[in-house]
Amino acid sequence: MRFIFKTKYSQDINIAKHNGDRFWYSLLILIMAALPLVLDDFYLGEISYICILSIAGIGLMILSGYTGLASLGHAAFLGVGAYTHAFLLTNGVPFYASIPIVIVVSFLVGAVIGIPILRLTGMYLAIATLALGFIAEHVFIKWEHFTGGNRGLPVPQPEFLGMSFYDSVFFYYVCLVFLIAAMFAAINILRSPTGRAFVAIRDSEIAAQSLGVNLGLYKALSFAISGAFTGLAGALLAHYIGYLAPDIFNIFLSLTLLLLIVVGGMGSLHGTVFGAIFVGFLPQLIAICRDYLPSSIGSQPGLEPMLFGLILVFFILYEPLGIYGRWIKIKLFFELFPTYKRQTFKKQKVFTKSDRV
Amino acid sequence: MSLFEVKNITVAFGGVKALNDVSFDVDKGEIFTIIGPNGAGKSTLFNVISRIYEPSKGEIYFENKNISKTKPHNISKLGIARTFQNLELFENATVLQNLLLGRHIYKKTNILSEVFFTPSARKQEHEYRLKVEEVIDFLDLQHYRDTLINGLPYGVRKNVELARALCTDPKLLLLDEPSSGLTNEETIDLGFWIKDIQSLLGITIIMIEHDMSFVNKVSDRILALNYGKILASGLPEEIKNNVDVKQAYMGE
Amino acid sequence: MQLIQLIIDGVASGCIYGLVALGFVLIYKATETINFAQGDILMLGAFVAYSLIGLMGMDYLTGFALTVLIIAVFGFFLDAVVVRQIIGQPAFATVMLTIGLGFIFRGFASIYWGTDIFSFSTPFSGKITEFNGLIISYVNLSIIAGTAILMSALYFFFTFSKIGVAMRASSENQLAAYYMGIPVKFIFSLIWSISAGVAAVAGVLLAPITLVDTSISLIGLKAFAAAVLGGFGSIPGAIVGGIIIGIVEQLCGTYENYLFEGVREISAYLVLILTLIIYPRGLFSDKAEVKKV
Ligand SMILES: Nc1ncnc2c1ncn2[C@@H]1O[C@H](COP(=O)(O)OP(=O)(O)OP(=O)(O)O)[C@@H](O)[C@H]1O
Ligand SMILES: [Mg+2]
Repeated sequence: MRFIFKTKYSQDINIAKHNGDRFWYSLLILIMAALPLVLDDFYLGEISYICILSIAGIGLMILSGYTGLASLGHAAFLGVGAYTHAFLLTNGVPFYASIPIVIVVSFLVGAVIGIPILRLTGMYLAIATLALGFIAEHVFIKWEHFTGGNRGLPVPQPEFLGMSFYDSVFFYYVCLVFLIAAMFAAINILRSPTGRAFVAIRDSEIAAQSLGVNLGLYKALSFAISGAFTGLAGALLAHYIGYLAPDIFNIFLSLTLLLLIVVGGMGSLHGTVFGAIFVGFLPQLIAICRDYLPSSIGSQPGLEPMLFGLILVFFILYEPLGIYGRWIKIKLFFELFPTYKRQTFKKQKVFTKSDRV
Repeated sequence: MSLFEVKNITVAFGGVKALNDVSFDVDKGEIFTIIGPNGAGKSTLFNVISRIYEPSKGEIYFENKNISKTKPHNISKLGIARTFQNLELFENATVLQNLLLGRHIYKKTNILSEVFFTPSARKQEHEYRLKVEEVIDFLDLQHYRDTLINGLPYGVRKNVELARALCTDPKLLLLDEPSSGLTNEETIDLGFWIKDIQSLLGITIIMIEHDMSFVNKVSDRILALNYGKILASGLPEEIKNNVDVKQAYMGE
Repeated sequence: MQLIQLIIDGVASGCIYGLVALGFVLIYKATETINFAQGDILMLGAFVAYSLIGLMGMDYLTGFALTVLIIAVFGFFLDAVVVRQIIGQPAFATVMLTIGLGFIFRGFASIYWGTDIFSFSTPFSGKITEFNGLIISYVNLSIIAGTAILMSALYFFFTFSKIGVAMRASSENQLAAYYMGIPVKFIFSLIWSISAGVAAVAGVLLAPITLVDTSISLIGLKAFAAAVLGGFGSIPGAIVGGIIIGIVEQLCGTYENYLFEGVREISAYLVLILTLIIYPRGLFSDKAEVKKV
């Protein structure tokens, strides 16, 4: 077990708490940067996709994991980002200008939607966002001038910094840089008063309010920030898929994002990356399952929703802290070995109280 | 000149009047204790002051300003902080994060400066921390800075909640049953702290309490409630010998 | 005349929404959780009825009754074995759990029964009656009559039977009910069982119209609109909410040209959002409660 001696308050404020952290994260970034040397185009594409998923996951994590507000319609923000970006590129706006516009637009959409519906609590909010997701999908279909409707919308792949988005190495670097930037932005928000206010709302609205947190404002802000991250992911996703069709941004994608944060670990940014890796490789996982199951079951299209559901239920019931939570436990197990006690993670249940009136 | 004044407050839930035409005032620097049997309406009174419950009648004045229509999140900005009977801590956050939230009303950064964590954001964190450390030293919380709330024993949690309220630098502190659930030693410590909060920090305190020996030790004045109505108010000795109060407690 | 025709059709489909919404409301009142798998349970009901009536050749009423029984028992164990485990956790956990369960049911149905569209014959299939120039199908009549019968049965159950009263008591105040010696957990499982049974009724009644395939589980989502409109705490509210949604859908479908294209498909969701924004308490809610601090 490592004991960290703190001599300055800034140590608590800094992102990396000690040199060990700094070393490991720098190493990780170096490895990521070197990946194109060893991986072929297919895997680079997969990892680019995982980066995009992670960015979207950060968005949803801020809303659900940190502010405690469920959204069952987050694919709508991916759609807003993707269509806005494709529309702007089609109309000759350069990439570097389009991305900030996408972020601002998604932020505003989040704020505008957030303000009326965030007075709702828990379950109602889940239902409302679900409905909004459907309505958004519908808007993507019907607003043909902007989205091309059911015919779809090809995404221009312009030059950027003299490179082409068709080049999978270049696209991988773009995604990686945006993921790193998004991570830093999220960490910064979370170590600032705004991020703490989000956590406060999640854990006790009453106390947050009594400490001066304007609940409506901060919930809307969380929605908007979440929208901005997810919209950015949408813009990158547009490049990744190359051709936008409205049914991409359906409820299943929204639920996939939720699966991502649940599996990764609610309330942790590490969790978004773990979750994205899991979700990114889910199709392969399912393919493997198909191979091992008897062909009468293996060839069924129902296998996919079935596994999706089983994974979700399993994590909610048995691994509520997700992969990241499990990782922390394993790490601690080895650090404390052989003195590790199971009870370390038993939550004290003595003071639980109910939401009932 | 009174710091805080409650005028003819009435609160009704359905048919039940949890508070019925309650009026009193509290002077600057006082420790003012509210007592009364279970369900007397004590916590309801605090919740009206925090603007969580809407009174059907009456007004509340703080520093001669009518705060009966102030938004709930602006109450702490005026200098009123509180604790809760059933602890409302941020369970999945550390003690330090809980206390830093006590500084939220002094926030000057906007979302952009936070996203880029500009020097001004960093400086603000430093300033928050200095104040938080003062409170940590004051209430002996040094050991728990980085502990999650849901791993703390009950007594420490109560202490953290008090600390969080103090971090807002209040002029008026509302404590809802601060001693309930504490051990004897913890209650004795609490008594000293409350006295210190009054004398060293110059904060006025309104406190709800059941433990009468504790009440008599720290209070300057006492108000007794029963069934939402004022039974008696006055100095501790007066209340101790008040017939109505005795009866209300015996009658239980 | 056309308007009346529309309203009759709307009432019939609205009854289905109402029945599903009723399931939401029962569970919500008791446990403050929402079962996002309600629509999938309806789908299971329709599939089980297809197996019993269509495949095994059971007669309609026996098959109907047996289906409801099977699904009700299933609902009981769903709560007792799975859902009960996460009682007391934040709303988010239940939402995700029941969504996950819904996926499992849908996956199971398409593996077990296949992805084709099935149908089974009912005494009402294809028959219509004419009344003053109105065309009323027997199927619609059966839905309306079935809903009415079920509602009356539930009303008597909750008002007069001992266990029904215990259920209401547990929904009002868990702790008090517990102290009175009511086995609250068992009662909650029973409530899940009734909700599942009601969904099964809806599934069987609906089967002649939509036929049987996994996509009918989506009705559960529209039923949210019914529950919210009705106030999410009131049993008559759920049915009335459902009927209103049904009628609105019909009207939007017919007068699409005056509104905007495709309005019918999302009209339920629009009503839902508008209700939540304008009048979140819904039409039939109890008085507003203040959360106790
Ligand atoms: N949100 C609410 N809704 C309905 N009734 C309420 C609510 N809050 C309080 N009451 C009722 O108002 C009355 C006073 O409650 P209150 O919590 O103020 O009592 P108290 O004096 O703090 O008692 P205790 O010593 O038990 O804390 C009680 O009858 C209580 O049931
Ligand atoms: Mg109280």
